[in-house]
Amino acid sequence: MTIDWAVVEMAIPLLAEGTVTTLRIASLAALLGLTGGVALGLVSLGGWPWARWLVRAYVDFIRGTPLLIQIFIVFFGLPLMGWRPGEFWSGVIALSLNCAAYVAEVVRGTVGAVEKGQTEAAKSIGMTQGRILLYVLLPQSIRPMMPALTNDVITLLKNTSLLSVISVYELTRSGQAIIATHFAPLEIFALLAIYYYAIISVLSWISRVIERRLPAW
Amino acid sequence: MPLETRTDPSRLAGERPLLSVRGLRKRYGEREILKGISFDVMAGQTMVLIGPSGSGKTTVLRCLNHLETPDAGTIELTGEPIGGAYVGEAARWTPLTESQLALQRRKFGFVFQRFNLFPHLTAAQNVAIGPRKVLGLSREAAEARAAEQLARVSLAEHMHKRPSQLSGGQQQRVAIARALAMDPRLILFDEPTSALDPELVHEVLDVMGALAREGMTMIVVTHEMSFARRVADTLIFMADGHIVEQGSPEAVFSAPREEKTQRFLSHILNR
Ligand SMILES: Nc1ncnc2c1ncn2[C@@H]1O[C@H](COP(=O)(O)OP(=O)(O)OP(=O)(O)O)[C@@H](O)[C@H]1O
Ligand SMILES: [Mg+2]
Repeated sequence: MTIDWAVVEMAIPLLAEGTVTTLRIASLAALLGLTGGVALGLVSLGGWPWARWLVRAYVDFIRGTPLLIQIFIVFFGLPLMGWRPGEFWSGVIALSLNCAAYVAEVVRGTVGAVEKGQTEAAKSIGMTQGRILLYVLLPQSIRPMMPALTNDVITLLKNTSLLSVISVYELTRSGQAIIATHFAPLEIFALLAIYYYAIISVLSWISRVIERRLPAW
Repeated sequence: MPLETRTDPSRLAGERPLLSVRGLRKRYGEREILKGISFDVMAGQTMVLIGPSGSGKTTVLRCLNHLETPDAGTIELTGEPIGGAYVGEAARWTPLTESQLALQRRKFGFVFQRFNLFPHLTAAQNVAIGPRKVLGLSREAAEARAAEQLARVSLAEHMHKRPSQLSGGQQQRVAIARALAMDPRLILFDEPTSALDPELVHEVLDVMGALAREGMTMIVVTHEMSFARRVADTLIFMADGHIVEQGSPEAVFSAPREEKTQRFLSHILNR
């Protein structure tokens, strides 16, 4: 077989547009997912029993159902609740909700694993659970959490490709559009793979730089 | 079992104890670790708690500030019951909530065997975090208090180091400053020198001795018998969840009444 270089050449700039959308969705969802996930993780460690139970149920639901289904539920469910955010924001919301559950598990695991003496010392100076989590346990957990959180963000980035099913014009969808008119599936999918791989490599590199910059003790 | 061996002079004067413990019991699963512990600590006094490993010394200290919840018994600090309150007409004992407990815990300093400093904070931040986040002092006031307490344990020049950059003896002194910064009514020390290299023990004991002279009320679990002899106003010997003997250190050391005490002392003094 031969590679249709003309299609490749034409596709490279076209895919850039989809890349921008993918990056926008991924950064927004990562921001919301990380913030929400940290909050949920802390609640599952130090919240009221009913709140812990809710977080538990939420995490179980997200982990126990396919992301594709979650995307459809958000996309078709939000309008039923009287809100039509459009496919872009539906996608951001679905991915944030999904990411937050996994981040919550990382936070719960890492923060919960900080040596017990830390909590006892904090209690001994009169700190309450919320302050202990915020000022003593969470700051110590950020560095050990980095590799697992990076994984979650990488997964999130790859998951943006699923949003093509609700017609978000992100990287994968923009590739599919080119395939539909020029019919060069292998070239385009290979090109898509390279795009994702490049983005994720940069992401991993950034994460390593951040991890190295974080104070160690 | 002899609980009171000597009459405390301050008790003759009718003074009320700062801390009063009665019938303290604690079990873990099937095993009863504390089998009814009672003692008083007068304000400004140092009580040293000795006893063989596993006799329940750490458990006593942890029950006092409710790091562990006692199963029975009462603890009163200046007449205030710790860990619960008598509620309603029937004066029914009702355990405090976690946030109410936190308010009481700040009245007890606690110095741990393994320091338990916060590794992500500098010495000054370790000491300032309590005043800042618990007592609600302004940043400046909390930092000033941290500097003052670190100077008190002779660590002024190490303020900005993290625990990992300090020796064990220095870390334990930071931990003492952290406790002092909360302005506690008394400080509980759980074998504060047993995790230290032998040559660093004295610097921590010196700080504790100075605190005792300044009138800080302290309960100290330790195997440092010379410290006990020098600093303690009262000595308690515990074995197997009971208080076997209590009195002045001279009395217990020179004329232990119980055979258990004699055996323990001859063992530990002839090491
Ligand atoms: N959280 C716990 N769960 C179960 N058993 C415990 C717990 N904490 C302590 N124990 C047991 O209670 C007993 C008394 O422990 P404690 O730590 O109070 O003794 P100690 O006098 O401080 O001894 P040491 O000199 O070794 O520090 C020990 O047998 C110990 O194994
Ligand atoms: Mg002990």
